[in-house]
Amino acid sequence: MIALSNVKKSFGANAVLRGVDLVIPSGKSMVIIGGSGTGKSVLLKCILGLVTHDAGTITLDGTDVRTAERDAFLARFGMLFQGGALFDSLRVWENVAFRLMRGAAKRPKAEAREIAIEKLRRVGLGPQVADLYPAELSGGMQKRVGLARAIAAEPEIIFFDEPTTGLDPIMSGVINDLIREIVVEMGATAMTITHDMSSVRAIADEVAMLHEGTIKWTGPVSEMDASSDPYVDQFIHGRATGPISAIR
Amino acid sequence: MTPALMLRAIGRPALELLSAIGRVALFAAATLGHLLRPPFYAREFGAQLLQIGWFSLPVVGLTALFTGGALALQIYSGGARFNAEAVVPSIVAIGMVRELGPVLGGLMVAARVASSIAAELGTMKVTEQIDALTTLSTNPMKYLVVPRVLAATLAVPVLVGVGDAIGIMGGWLVGVTRLEFNSVTYLKNTIDFLEVWDVGSGLVKGAAFGFIVALLGCYHGMNSGRGAQGVGRATKSAVVGASVLILAANYLLTEVFFTS
Repeated sequence: MIALSNVKKSFGANAVLRGVDLVIPSGKSMVIIGGSGTGKSVLLKCILGLVTHDAGTITLDGTDVRTAERDAFLARFGMLFQGGALFDSLRVWENVAFRLMRGAAKRPKAEAREIAIEKLRRVGLGPQVADLYPAELSGGMQKRVGLARAIAAEPEIIFFDEPTTGLDPIMSGVINDLIREIVVEMGATAMTITHDMSSVRAIADEVAMLHEGTIKWTGPVSEMDASSDPYVDQFIHGRATGPISAIR
Repeated sequence: MTPALMLRAIGRPALELLSAIGRVALFAAATLGHLLRPPFYAREFGAQLLQIGWFSLPVVGLTALFTGGALALQIYSGGARFNAEAVVPSIVAIGMVRELGPVLGGLMVAARVASSIAAELGTMKVTEQIDALTTLSTNPMKYLVVPRVLAATLAVPVLVGVGDAIGIMGGWLVGVTRLEFNSVTYLKNTIDFLEVWDVGSGLVKGAAFGFIVALLGCYHGMNSGRGAQGVGRATKSAVVGASVLILAANYLLTEVFFTS
């Protein structure tokens, strides 16, 4: 279980997170929604320790993430980045098998390649893609490779940062279905950041609405439409008028 | 302008400069710390050795060749004013191995390598590849910075050594073909007047300049701002910073090596 309590983060005078309280139960898929620039990615990076929070506590199974042994802590996570964040200088299979060829989980090269090809197959990519470089792939294929890399070491917790941004609706649907299937199949805890409502409905067990640095509403996805929360209501219906200002 | 405003105008940039020096020094200390502790990424180190050493050879070699030739012409025409044309071989050799080889080699490597490292790491930063490395339990300092800094520190002295030899050959070529020196006498004078420490000091300078080039490239790349403009600024800062530091370090090392 990941628990955040009164988490705050500012960049200079800009207070991005102003006291976030949130619990992500083990084995559940939590989706954080909110407008652009509301601190969703910062929240995710605070949990991973990529950004250090100024105040509050973040715990993973009761252990403060700041005191946890770094390598063991990160080994429990997989992450799909918004732009894929694939390493340009490595072939596709080397990207997918990156974690399998280094550190505690190191395996022989041939075995790592075999696992990488299997993970690529899992996300719908054939073995002919394995020896290409990321620059030779389309945006949708890069997202799938990023997804394969995120699941390669079979982590307990997977983070998805804007998994469908920049993709056409059909490819978005494919990625959403893949994420849902993989999370269910692996029994992983998932946290997804998005402002794409079709992703929310496809991926989420639980939804949390982040606005102005605090969680405005959280609950099961089945209750989202009837939440009667004005922030959630405006966001999911895409209305220009409401408590969320269109100009931020 | 009031004295307070004048002080502020001087004080703010001075504080920013000192702060930048402090940040680079901390980055250098962190790099050296990671250099001494495993894991080590031998494959990355090998790839960087090839990139920084082997692929810089043409530009360093050509620079040395033309510099050696031009130096021979300058010394000949200058020496003719007091009938000292015969010193061309020895001055070309000493000038190349002590000063021009390491400094020009270092500056050419700064232009080629510091810019390339800063642009590569800067792009990796803005496309979240460095964050991705961290989430994959790989320390970016160990995986990206240490192999580059170590490779440059070891490769640049070799480049300087090769550049020295090519520069002396440039001087010899001009001396023999344009200035009517006897080939054997030119080479004999070159060898007779050259001391081991002349060459050794240049190689030590090369190692220091290699360290500076890779360190500044990595520092600016890892701290790049957002977007194309951020990467462009990081690249420019890396080349300018490395070039100025090379010239400053050259003066300090020359003081240490040759004035005591």
